[in-house]
Amino acid sequence: MAVAGLDLTVGAGECFGLLGPNGAGKTTTIEILEGLTPPDSGDVEILGTTWREGAAGRALRERLGIQLQETQLADKLTVSEVLALFRSFYRQSHTVEEVLALVELEEKRKARVVTLSGGQKQRLAVACALVSKPELLFLDEPTTGLDPHSRRQLWEIIRRFRAAGGTVLLTTHYMEEAERLCDRVAIMDHGKIIALGTPKELIASLGADHVVDFAPTEGGIPEDLVDVLRQMGGVTAVRTGSDGVSLTVVELHRALPALLAVLQQRGVELSLLTTHHATLDDVFVALTGRQLRDT
Amino acid sequence: MYQLALSRMREFYREPEAVFWVFGFPIVLAFALGLAFRNTGPGKLQVGIVAGTGDSALAVALGSSPRLVATVLDTTTARLRLRTGRVALLVVPGDPVVYRYDSTRTESGLARLEVDDVLQRTRGRKDLVAVQDDRAVAPGSRYIDFLIPGLLGMNLLGSGIWGVGFSVVQARQRKLLKRYMATPMRRSHYLLSFILSRLVFLIVEVVALVGFGWLLFGVAVRGSFTALAGITILGSFAFAGLGLLVASRAKTIEGVSGLMNLVMLPMWILSGTFFSYARFPNAMIPFVKALPLTALNDALRAVMIDGAAVTTLGTPLAIVMAWGAVSFVIALKIFRWR
Repeated sequence: MAVAGLDLTVGAGECFGLLGPNGAGKTTTIEILEGLTPPDSGDVEILGTTWREGAAGRALRERLGIQLQETQLADKLTVSEVLALFRSFYRQSHTVEEVLALVELEEKRKARVVTLSGGQKQRLAVACALVSKPELLFLDEPTTGLDPHSRRQLWEIIRRFRAAGGTVLLTTHYMEEAERLCDRVAIMDHGKIIALGTPKELIASLGADHVVDFAPTEGGIPEDLVDVLRQMGGVTAVRTGSDGVSLTVVELHRALPALLAVLQQRGVELSLLTTHHATLDDVFVALTGRQLRDT
Repeated sequence: MYQLALSRMREFYREPEAVFWVFGFPIVLAFALGLAFRNTGPGKLQVGIVAGTGDSALAVALGSSPRLVATVLDTTTARLRLRTGRVALLVVPGDPVVYRYDSTRTESGLARLEVDDVLQRTRGRKDLVAVQDDRAVAPGSRYIDFLIPGLLGMNLLGSGIWGVGFSVVQARQRKLLKRYMATPMRRSHYLLSFILSRLVFLIVEVVALVGFGWLLFGVAVRGSFTALAGITILGSFAFAGLGLLVASRAKTIEGVSGLMNLVMLPMWILSGTFFSYARFPNAMIPFVKALPLTALNDALRAVMIDGAAVTTLGTPLAIVMAWGAVSFVIALKIFRWR
């Protein structure tokens, strides 16, 4: 229903990111991989085996660490009680103290779940996934809704897990997160993979490394001006939107003066002019024509 | 599984409201009902004498009986008091003496017998057969003796269904069930953990209620405590199974609350918790007896009041067991894990 014709491989030791807007099918994909949602068709191979009922399935689960998007752990239990509970499900596991240290929640060990902040709850959820000493860690939007500080703390936890040789598959709708954490990313939209590669490769596929956004003070940009901009040296793509124009450019130091000259010549006053390094966000916009975070 | 059961218990005792409803409420109920229906011996019967010729003679005669309180009333007051039930019987002096009363009221019937007896004796009637009263207060015959086992049964039903149902549905709503599915945890262990944690609370519940009845009202357990323990364990298993069944599909707390009421309300009324189910029409009795709470209440009463041995309780215990086993198996089959 939500995803179709997906074909991807994640290598051992890799950090692979599934990117896309809400509703792109990231969660469905990851839950099929986790064996929680049976696929209508197709094959899934995890750590060399497939999902099966019974003992084989449980043996596979022993080797995975899973964090789900919306799990709310029991409010009334304390942090260490939750971890002790999850620990009891596995034959091999970290001790509660070890896993508390991994996610830096030592000070909260006696705190009830209900009293934790959003970031702490999320770190506890990741701790529940890490407690089994997994070879493969699934994280479904681990940092959604978190403040920048909590987000960086989680990134650090993921980095440490990878440094110890773990494989990570995560979903996110923050392109920045994917750029920082992932070796390879798959960009998803409407249940399909629309781009696959390393963040560098994907950004390079834009054919340019800078993006210039500008908006006129009043009115739109006339069509002929757009054509002029397209012809300008160093510009690889022009997109017009309701909130302005976005140019993808190769050499910012040449393109920017040229742009300003053209605008001045046409008497266009600007209310906004920004430039930034091309990001995966721009890749998504280039591929779909939509902003990733359509607000 | 031990950790699962432990978590269940922690979640429970850290919820003060739940603790009250499971342990406190039945005790409060038992206390209130025990006070209201305490046995004060047969009360004195209020009898009205309608003012008229010969009323004072009647008053003297009736006043001699220790079981009657006779008052002379004028006609209007007399009728009013009879209608409102403040006197059980009106005696209208004359020839013949008229007894005016409502024949459907037990009290009035008693008053008529007593008044008639007193009047006939005053006029010289002799007893033809020598009789002797042997008064005995049989333990177990009071209302509270009847009530405590019923409350125990009701409590087992309530805590089984509420305790299991709400936490399962809450875990499902919070996607916690799905999270558990993502671990190597065995599904049967999850369901069994409920039954295990119920067992621990069961001990507290039974001890609290039985202990309370015994301390305050002297409700003794005449059968063996082992039998009582066995029956309550069985009942608690059965209701935990029923609770799992009720919660096996529901996705929301509201949904499961409705189902719980659907299951429990008929049993509260039909299963002889507060009054004997013998009051229901005969045609209904076989159905009422097939309900798990009825069977459990019967077994509890047999042990607590009659001191019956477990061996004589095969039928009710089989009914309880069957309900538990069947609902557990169905619950396991249709349980929605996500």
